[in-house]
Amino acid sequence: MSNGPSLGVFKFASCDGCQLSLLDCEDEILAVAKAVRIANFPEASRAVVEGPYDVALVEGSVTTAHDLQRLLRVRQESRVLVTIGACATAGGIQALRNAADVAEYTRVVYAHPEYINTLERSTPIAEHVKVDYELRGCPVNKRQLLDVLLALLHGRKPDIHPHPVCVECKMAGTTCVLVANGTPCLGPVTHAGCGALCPSYARGCFGCYGPAEDARVGALAGPLAASGAKPDELVRLYSTFNVAAPAFQEGQRLAREGGASK
Amino acid sequence: MNGDAVLELTGLDALIAALIARGYRVIGPRVQDGAIVLDELQHAADLPVGVKDEQSPGRYRLAPRSDNAHFGYVVGPHAYKRVFHVPVETLFRVRRDGRGFEVTETPVDARPVALFGARACDVAATTVQDRVLAEGAHPDPRYVARRKDAFVVAVACNEPGATCFCASMNTGPRPADGFDLSLTELLPEPGVPHRFYVEVGTERGRAVLDEVAHALPSDEDRRRARALADAAVASMDKHLETRHLRDLLIDNPEHPRWRAVAERCITCTSCTLVCPTCFCSSMDDVTSLEGEAERVRRWDSCFTRSYSYMHGGPARPSVEARYRHWLTHKLAGWIDQFGSSGCVGCGRCITWCPAGIDLTEEVAAIRADVKAARGASKEA
Repeated sequence: MSNGPSLGVFKFASCDGCQLSLLDCEDEILAVAKAVRIANFPEASRAVVEGPYDVALVEGSVTTAHDLQRLLRVRQESRVLVTIGACATAGGIQALRNAADVAEYTRVVYAHPEYINTLERSTPIAEHVKVDYELRGCPVNKRQLLDVLLALLHGRKPDIHPHPVCVECKMAGTTCVLVANGTPCLGPVTHAGCGALCPSYARGCFGCYGPAEDARVGALAGPLAASGAKPDELVRLYSTFNVAAPAFQEGQRLAREGGASK
Repeated sequence: MNGDAVLELTGLDALIAALIARGYRVIGPRVQDGAIVLDELQHAADLPVGVKDEQSPGRYRLAPRSDNAHFGYVVGPHAYKRVFHVPVETLFRVRRDGRGFEVTETPVDARPVALFGARACDVAATTVQDRVLAEGAHPDPRYVARRKDAFVVAVACNEPGATCFCASMNTGPRPADGFDLSLTELLPEPGVPHRFYVEVGTERGRAVLDEVAHALPSDEDRRRARALADAAVASMDKHLETRHLRDLLIDNPEHPRWRAVAERCITCTSCTLVCPTCFCSSMDDVTSLEGEAERVRRWDSCFTRSYSYMHGGPARPSVEARYRHWLTHKLAGWIDQFGSSGCVGCGRCITWCPAGIDLTEEVAAIRADVKAARGASKEA
C-alpha cells in the first residue's frame, strides 16, 4: 500500500458518475493507487480507513439534514477538499426542486411520502463548508480529475481554467454553432473543461459545467433570442444540471422576460 | 514581380500536385461543418467549388453559387495562425535525474507548408505576425521553424464579404506582396474558358509554375484581372477611417462608448481567437505521476478575466477595460510596438462575434462624437 497522501471519496446527493470518472482512468488508475493511499472509496474498495484525509473528493449536493452533519465531519477530517461535478458545485439537477414545492413533488413521486425526510432546497457544498478546489461538469472530465490529483501530489496549482467554452471551440477549430447555424449554445457563458465536446458534434453547449468566470448571460440573451429559440426553450436550456447557479438563474429570468416582452 | 501567366482550370490541380511533390503540406479552404475552414488539400476538387459564404455581424451561412467558382467566398473562422502559431503545444519536458533536472525541448513539426488560396488580408496578417513572433528582439523559434519555408499561393478576392474592410487597411482585396504566386479567378466567358491569371512573386514561385502547364496571358486577361480588383474595392461597403486613428483611441480612454460596447460584449473571446494577428498565449505546467513535467503553451485571450490575473486580482476586471485594451492595442498600441496596425480588415471579429459587435462602428462612433465635440468647442 502507498505511503502517499490519503484520499477519501465522499458521496452526497448524486448519481455516482463523477467518482466513477476516477475508476474510468483505466490507464492511470494503478499508478494513482500507488501514489496515493485510497483510504475511503466505497465504489472501489470495501476497506475503509478512518480519517483524517489529505484529500477529500466530494460528490453530490446537500439535500438532507443528515447530509449536512456528515459534510461538516468530512470537512473537519480533510486537509484539502475538492468538490467534483455539478451536484456538488451548483446543487445539480435535483435543485430543480428549489423553485418548486418539495412536499408536492414527494407526494407525486413516492408511494409512501411519509418516509421521505428531505430539505426544501438542494444546495452546493460550498454553501456549507470551505471548498479548496471545484471541478465542474456533469460528469467531471477525467483528465481534469487526474490533473487535480497530480497537482496536489506535486504541490502545484491545478490547471482549472474558468474561461468560457468558446476558447476550447476555437482552439479545436470547431466552427461556432451559434454564428454559423443559429443553434442556441451556452458556450459563451459556460465554464471550460470539457474540451467543447457538444459543439464538436454540431450541438449547442447545454452548460453542464455551469457559469464561466464572467458568465455574461445578459449580453448573450439577445444573440440567443435572435437564434430563433423560443423563450421556454431557453429557460429549459438554463435549467439543467446547474439550474441553481446564480448566473444561470439570471439566464432563466431573462429568457422568461424575453417571452413576456414579445 | 517576376512576370505573369495564365493557368487553365485543370492547372489548379496540377499546381497542388506540384506542391505536394515538392514535399509541401498544402493547406487551403475546405467546407467542413457548415463553414469554410483551413485544412489539408490533395486536389483542386477539395476546394469549396460553387460555394459562397454570406457574412454579417454575428452571422455566417454557406450557400450554393450559380457558377463553378473555386474561390467564390472570402475568409472563414480559421486563420493561418493555426498553422504557424498553433493553438496548443508542449514546449519542453522536464525530468528529475537525482541531482537536479534535465530539460528536453520537444521537436517542432516543421514540414514546410504551402498556403493555397490565401487571401490578401491573411497574407498581410501573416506578415504582421512575423513582425511580432519572428522579427522582434525575442523571436519564437517554434514559430520561425514552421513559418520560414512556407510557400504562398495567394488569391485575389473578386467579391468581398459584407464584413470585409481590407481596402481601408490597405491590405487587399488584391494581394500586393508576400506571395510566391497570386491567382485571380477569371470565370468562363463566351469563347474564353474558366482560367486563372497568375502573378509571379518570387523565383521559387516561378520554378513551381514552370512545373505546371501554363500560357502567357492576353492583354484581355490582364485587363479583366485589373477590372475585377477595381470592382472588388468599389463593392466593399464596410470602411474603417484610419486617419489619426492611433491618437483618436489613445486620447479617448474614458469615452462613454467603451462602456456602451462593454454592455453588449459577452467576453466569449471569439474575436481574439479568430483574429489572424492576435497572438496572446498562456503557459500551463503539467505533471505526470512519474514526476515528469511539461510546459504547455496554449492560446489565450485578453477578454478573459483570468488572462490578466496577477497576485491580488485581474489587471482588467471590467469588460469595458478589456474591450478598450483589445481595440486600442490592435489599432493604436500595435503601431508603436510593431510599426503597423494589428488589424488587416478581414472582418472575422465582426462575423464571429455572437453579439455582432462591429469594431468599425465602434471607432466611427467615437470619431463622430469627438469631431462633434471639437466642432462645438470651436463654436463656443
